[in-house]
Amino acid sequence: MNLLLTAVVQGLIMGLVYALVSLGLGLIWGVVDVVNFAHAEYMMWAMYATYFAVAGFHLDLLAALPIVVALGFLAGVCTYAVLIRRIMSAPAVTQIFTTFGLLFFLRYSAFAAFGPDFRGITWPPAGGSVLILGVPIGAAQVDAALAALITFGLLHAFLQWTKTGKALQATAQNPAAALALGIEVERMYMLAWGLSIATAAVGGAFLLTFYQVSPTVGDAFLLLMFASVVLGGFGSVLGPLLGGVVIGLVESVAGNLVSPTFKLALVFGALLLVLFLRPGGLLGQERRG
Amino acid sequence: MAADGRGGDQAVSARAAEAAPDGALLVVRDLHAGYGGQEVLRGITLCVRPGEVVCVIGPNGAGKSTLLKTIFGFLRATRGAITFDGVSLLGRRPPEILRSGITYVPQGISTLPNLSVDDNLRLAAYVRRDRQVRDDIERLLDAFPALRARRRLRARTLSGGERRILEVARVLLLDPRLVLLDEPTIGLSGAAVEFIYEKIGEFRRRGLAVLLVEQNARTALRHSQRAYVLEQGRVRFEGGGEEILQHPEVRRAYLGGRA
Ligand SMILES: Nc1ncnc2c1ncn2[C@@H]1O[C@H](COP(=O)(O)OP(=O)(O)OP(=O)(O)O)[C@@H](O)[C@H]1O
Ligand SMILES: [Mg+2]
Repeated sequence: MNLLLTAVVQGLIMGLVYALVSLGLGLIWGVVDVVNFAHAEYMMWAMYATYFAVAGFHLDLLAALPIVVALGFLAGVCTYAVLIRRIMSAPAVTQIFTTFGLLFFLRYSAFAAFGPDFRGITWPPAGGSVLILGVPIGAAQVDAALAALITFGLLHAFLQWTKTGKALQATAQNPAAALALGIEVERMYMLAWGLSIATAAVGGAFLLTFYQVSPTVGDAFLLLMFASVVLGGFGSVLGPLLGGVVIGLVESVAGNLVSPTFKLALVFGALLLVLFLRPGGLLGQERRG
Repeated sequence: MAADGRGGDQAVSARAAEAAPDGALLVVRDLHAGYGGQEVLRGITLCVRPGEVVCVIGPNGAGKSTLLKTIFGFLRATRGAITFDGVSLLGRRPPEILRSGITYVPQGISTLPNLSVDDNLRLAAYVRRDRQVRDDIERLLDAFPALRARRRLRARTLSGGERRILEVARVLLLDPRLVLLDEPTIGLSGAAVEFIYEKIGEFRRRGLAVLLVEQNARTALRHSQRAYVLEQGRVRFEGGGEEILQHPEVRRAYLGGRA
């Protein structure tokens, strides 16, 4: 019983972290209708940026955070403006190869720039552990989970309560109708890319407090990101949130109670089961039209 | 009535290019447009005056929707001219055209399914920057009680008729001078069709110009001051609504020949 509780609490906390790094993938997928295979690589770059800000420039993580997030936003906007804009009406295969190409470009330029070493930081406030329902959890993980909740809260509020947020939703639901209402759809796509990579940057910065970065760090995350987004469903930020948490729970419970070897098999088994029962994901909404 | 749909193209466009029709708000001259290399509009000339409902009818694929899309800037004209109140619309994008006083209700569903009726109305006023939007929406909901009852529901839960009413109603939030409507009554029940035409009549009485595309030609012609019959991207006939309704050839081809 105690073992189960431990697994559930750990899974919940890691699930929130998965949710945070997946959020942006779901956002671009939902709004821009492009699948960004390079999403985890942006997270990796944000981890390096955080590393150099903290270890190189001796900034506190919270002082580095706004810079890293702003750089992430800018990187997202530029990616759309320079690359994605040109392939918006291209066939799906072209889009897939483009973002796959971006994945390798970002990964191997990180190899070239930083080498293959693992690097990490220590952030004093994230040292030690805290008790949640009697279960000890690393403070770093808890901080990352809190950052996830705050990021989701902010994005949700932006989408629900601001005119621009509503226009972003309109663009996701029917781009031609949005354009007919005078919404600058291109600008909305750009904004979605900016927000997407900015949230990946928040995730990367907090991840670095308990997970070391190397150019291939994305491997461990990309599939979990996809699973979270597809499992949760499109159409609101709550989809990736729920999806990430479910993935984290399944992974932790399966890893602790069944066998660590099987945990990923069980995670993707759960994903297939959900898709079999609800093809649109847990919170899926009809898209377009 | 100019029935020179075939060989007379050159003559028609040359004549139209000389003088803008009296008091016309929208003038389309010798308009050519299409998709990729394929030309769909092959020299359309027409005009719409303030306080006038002008209807465009024609068979499937004639280019009716393409005409409205080109006027609203969704498609680029390859030749010809479009002017609105004397100013050329060529090369402008939809948001700019919207701001200049034209609204467009596309064919098919254009409500935002996962947003509430209220949000759909607020977004209809997206380009407005003033503080009157809230009041205007309340006044609009007074005029459309069916929508008031459903204002908090997602648009996807509306019936086809309610959705069309929302699409037509929200036009008023921008106080346009010209309204482009693409098949506003398709698939609607008799009562809903009547309601939509009643509102179109009100638009006209307020001095708006309405350019209407319809499949339901008979009803549309009865409610229009003037009409154009499109065929394969050209104007085949034009004239008063009643005149077209009575024209033997049009009746045979498009109105099933019955009275
Ligand atoms: N997006 C598009 N890409 C390529 N061709 C198109 C596109 N939309 C329409 N067409 C073609 O252009 C021609 C005119 O289409 P349009 O939609 O303007 O016809 P319409 O008169 O509105 O017909 P309907 O009564 O069926 O709505 C058709 O041959 C159609 O196949
Ligand atoms: Mg059409």
